[in-house]
Amino acid sequence: MSSIHAHTVLIVAAILFVLGLAGALIRRNVIFMLLSIEIMLNAAGLAFVVAGARWQQPDGQIMYLFILAMAAAEVSVALALVLQIHHQHKTLDIEQLKELKD
Amino acid sequence: MEQYLYLIPALPLIGFLVLSLAGKYLSRNFIAGIGAGSVCVSALITIILGVRFLQSPPGTVYTQLLWHWFLTGHLSADLSLRIDALSLIFICIITFIGALIHIYSIAFMRNDRDYARFFASMNLFVCAMLLLVMADNLVLLYLGWEGVGLCSYLLIGFWYETPANYRAANKAFVITRIGDTAMIIGLFLIFKELGTLYIPDILIQSTQHFNSGSATITLIALLLLSGGIGKSAQLPLQTWLPDAMAGPSPVSALIHAATMVTAGVYLISRMHTIFELSPLAMHVTAVIGAVTLFMAGCSAMVQTDIKRVLAYSTISQIGYMFLAMGVGAWSAAIFHFFTHAFFKALLFLAAGAVIETLHHEHNIFKMGGLRKEMPVIYYTFTIGAAALAALPLVTAGFFSKDQILWYAWSAGGGHPALWALALSGAFITAFYSTRLILVVFWGDMKTTPGHLPSGIMTVPLIILAFFSIAGGWIEWPHNLLHISLFSEQVQQVLPVTQLKPHLPEEIVFQLIAVVVSLFGIYTGYALYYRQSELMTLWRQSANVMTVRNFLLNGWRFDQLYDTLLVRPFLFITRINKSDVTDKLYTGIADIHLQLNKLFSFFQNGSLRWYVAGVLIGILFIITLQLLL
Amino acid sequence: MILIWMICILLSGGILCWLTAQRLPLLAKWIALLTVIADMLIACWLFRVYEAFPDNTSWFINYQANWIPSVGISFHVALDGFSHLLLLLTFFLGILSVLCSWKEVREKTGFYFFCLLWSLAGISGVFIAMDLFLFYFCWEIMLIPMFFLIVIWGDARRRYAAYKFFIFTQVGSLLMLLAILALYFIHGRQTGNYTFDYFGLLHTVTDGATAKWIMLGFLFAFAIKLPVVPFHNWLPDAHSEAPTAGSLLLAGLLLKTGAYGIIRFVLPFFPEASVSIAPWMIFLGVTGIIYGALLAFSQTDLKRLIAYTSVSHMGFVLVGIFSFSNIAMQGVVMQILTHGISTGALFVMAGMLKERLHTRDITQMGGLWTSMPALGGVAILFTMASAGLPALGNFIAEFFILLGAFAGNPVFSVIATLGLILSALYSLRMLQKVFMGQQTVTVPVKDISTREFIIMAALSISIVILGLFPQPVIDTVRHLSTIHPSIHE
Repeated sequence: MSSIHAHTVLIVAAILFVLGLAGALIRRNVIFMLLSIEIMLNAAGLAFVVAGARWQQPDGQIMYLFILAMAAAEVSVALALVLQIHHQHKTLDIEQLKELKD
Repeated sequence: MEQYLYLIPALPLIGFLVLSLAGKYLSRNFIAGIGAGSVCVSALITIILGVRFLQSPPGTVYTQLLWHWFLTGHLSADLSLRIDALSLIFICIITFIGALIHIYSIAFMRNDRDYARFFASMNLFVCAMLLLVMADNLVLLYLGWEGVGLCSYLLIGFWYETPANYRAANKAFVITRIGDTAMIIGLFLIFKELGTLYIPDILIQSTQHFNSGSATITLIALLLLSGGIGKSAQLPLQTWLPDAMAGPSPVSALIHAATMVTAGVYLISRMHTIFELSPLAMHVTAVIGAVTLFMAGCSAMVQTDIKRVLAYSTISQIGYMFLAMGVGAWSAAIFHFFTHAFFKALLFLAAGAVIETLHHEHNIFKMGGLRKEMPVIYYTFTIGAAALAALPLVTAGFFSKDQILWYAWSAGGGHPALWALALSGAFITAFYSTRLILVVFWGDMKTTPGHLPSGIMTVPLIILAFFSIAGGWIEWPHNLLHISLFSEQVQQVLPVTQLKPHLPEEIVFQLIAVVVSLFGIYTGYALYYRQSELMTLWRQSANVMTVRNFLLNGWRFDQLYDTLLVRPFLFITRINKSDVTDKLYTGIADIHLQLNKLFSFFQNGSLRWYVAGVLIGILFIITLQLLL
Repeated sequence: MILIWMICILLSGGILCWLTAQRLPLLAKWIALLTVIADMLIACWLFRVYEAFPDNTSWFINYQANWIPSVGISFHVALDGFSHLLLLLTFFLGILSVLCSWKEVREKTGFYFFCLLWSLAGISGVFIAMDLFLFYFCWEIMLIPMFFLIVIWGDARRRYAAYKFFIFTQVGSLLMLLAILALYFIHGRQTGNYTFDYFGLLHTVTDGATAKWIMLGFLFAFAIKLPVVPFHNWLPDAHSEAPTAGSLLLAGLLLKTGAYGIIRFVLPFFPEASVSIAPWMIFLGVTGIIYGALLAFSQTDLKRLIAYTSVSHMGFVLVGIFSFSNIAMQGVVMQILTHGISTGALFVMAGMLKERLHTRDITQMGGLWTSMPALGGVAILFTMASAGLPALGNFIAEFFILLGAFAGNPVFSVIATLGLILSALYSLRMLQKVFMGQQTVTVPVKDISTREFIIMAALSISIVILGLFPQPVIDTVRHLSTIHPSIHE
């Protein structure tokens, strides 16, 4: 465990986060955007865990549990919304959905 | 008698009110009765007043206070009338000639659609003109002054459907307004210096308050002179008068020959003390008069429209009056106004009759041979033209013009150059008078005459013709006969003309003047009756024709003003039509609109934009954190 | 107390109109007319109180009631000769504005007359309010109904015009509110007596710079209303898009509240600061005279043309006020009255033409004198009044102002006098384009009806009477020479 440097894990977390962010920016499908957000959340969770390990504190893992719970809740609500959107507009393309404002 | 003074202007005013308010319900005879009747009654009252005045001791002044107009602080003006010898002469001319012209108009305008409007405007004019000369303070005088301007505008543009007519009306109003504005600034200056606008007070106080020739008094005199120049169509504001001939002929006779255009003469002679205190202003007046009489005379020589000939001749004759006033010959100026009113009104009325008979033909070269057809008009017109040409001893014009010529050299402000210009003017006048008679009444008939003028039109002509001859006999040159009824009256009000020392004999000047006039008549006769070859030679020469066109267009003053003033003014107003300051506020509004667009571009509903926005924001804050 | 009744009559008349118009539109019109006539009669009856004050210099009526005493706001109204004249003008033009909307307004009649009467109530409130809070209150009351008049019953570009009008005047009002509050707090801090009362605040001691800034706040509001030239842009739009009665009220009364405000508040509150700013104000006034006239000359929209002539004429007011001359001050009052009448008449005329021809474009008119001789005559009378012809009221006004200004500022006065030439130019151009030449309109046009004749006759008679017998007006406002220490003969 200690053989892995905290820096390395943080870099992995940052890469994950950037990947998620890029996905959220680039993908047009709502589902993929949700996936990307999940990746970002997990990146944040990973950072927490590694920080907890670095300072020998349980807070990091507790925070990860919170994130997990929140992500689960978020995904369930979001997927329900996605279902409804698909049901009503027959599309999941965010660019088309944007036109529906007002 | 004094308590009836108000009737003189009030009667025409009542006529105006009745005709303008109820005109469309009245029959033509009734309109004519009211329109002409009111002025005739005024004339009668004036004649009675004049007789009383002559019987009263010299220096009598009639005054009547109607009501206090306004009073605030030192500034006060009343609606009050004041008649002395000078005003009385003007009132007599206005009401008497006015009455004759109104009678003439009854027949002249008979077939016009707007009969009531015509008489209403004419009556209003007479009222305003009377107020002008009867005013005892400058504000009331200004009221009359602007009132006659308005009536002149209404009557020049009487046939308002033709563009040329309303343009002429606008031009007349605007150009005289320029003079009026100078005059009202003069009023402000007088009030600032003297604290009063009551004319007798101004005349008394100005001698005590100002040194002769001081800058302020010169400025006041020049400003008043500008007012006079505008109204009296003198250089450089003379361009409106020839165009003003667009109005009906009685209007030209009354307003643009006999009365309104001489308002400048009245103003200057009324304020004579101010002018006498300023030698410079006197010189300017004399020079303007002399140059105007020469330039306008030259233009009159080549005009082809009968009324334009008379218009330029009017400018030229008023130039004589200004010249006389400028050299200090006050009485001569007023006498020339007196005789000129008769013969110029006569000429215009007769010209109107000719135009009417020839189916609205204005070009003199399409007239001709009317001597046999219209004898009454011919003889009266000839008498008028002879008076204009100053035919010696038998015409009124001779007596007044001879005085002016003599004084142009000999009076205190006289100068040989002024005399030379006046003398050449006399030659020119005689020449174009002859030309007019010969071209219009002699030679072959070119247009067949229609209806001959009726008795109502010819009787005023005959009366005016009588006065054009006899009017001069009340004032003879001193070396011929000792009759000076006119100057005795005038000199109750105006100063006696001062002569220079060591002068040649007066008779020499009279003879020169007579010879010059006769030579002018002969030249006209030789060129236009004998059809001399010189004329054909001139017609072919390009240079002569250039000069002719230059004179025909009134020395191209119109073009000059057009380039200098009218076009730049129109340009400025046109480019600024939509108000440049509005740009400032629409600019502010536009900035907000642009900001609105900018922000609503970010607020576009695209989730990915928002994510990017959040990201950029975070990065920005982190960078800030790291840097600071 | 009678003053409050006058306002209450207008306010309740307005509500009554709104209520009745649903069923009986005609009754609503009559209620509106009778309401204003009743006020006019009361205003005429007020001449009786003059008898008790032969010296003609003080406040004839002074009424004060508590409103919000905790912050020093009271319901304080008072009347002097100047206010009385303006009230008479308000009700006179009020009657005419009701009359000239008789046929013009076809929809939402009730709300229209409600707005009209409430706007009149606000205007009369402005002229008698002697508590700065009440003044501000009335200032807003007159503004908002006027906004509705323009935005609902206006012409094609009415929304633009109404918003422009509202924003311009509101910016001014807010600055004035700031200035009022500043004055209130400065006075309160100095004396411990927090009050909005006019007479209480009158002698507030402020140092030079503060006084200047507070004065600018007031002046800005009044300058926009007057309007002074760089702030005049709302006026042509609002005037030309408003319905006839709206233009009449705008030109005849709303502009006058600006002049009233300067005379009533700016000069007495800030004697030194107003002297120091006077040259600038005279400069702006002269600029307004010339600039407004130049713009009026080039317009092709009849109502816009008349609107710009107002800009030009209001320049005279500014010159007159800030030349601190007694004569000029009398001239300003005359100008306020006569401009209200003459320009009002021109707007009514434009309204009549629009009703018949359905256009305001003077290039499409011409030769109308033939078919409308009576209106042509009236038009000549009022264009000449606007060009300052003597014997008509405007001449007295402009003559007094220029004469009064000449003593102190000859150069500016001379330049302003040149405005007379320009006024002749635009007046003649308007007459010529509308009434002279060949008749170009093909639709048959009727001359004025009896109702229109009554309106025009009332206006014509009053402008002539003001021109020939101005003395009563001059006597009534003689006391204005005491409002500012620098005013001299």
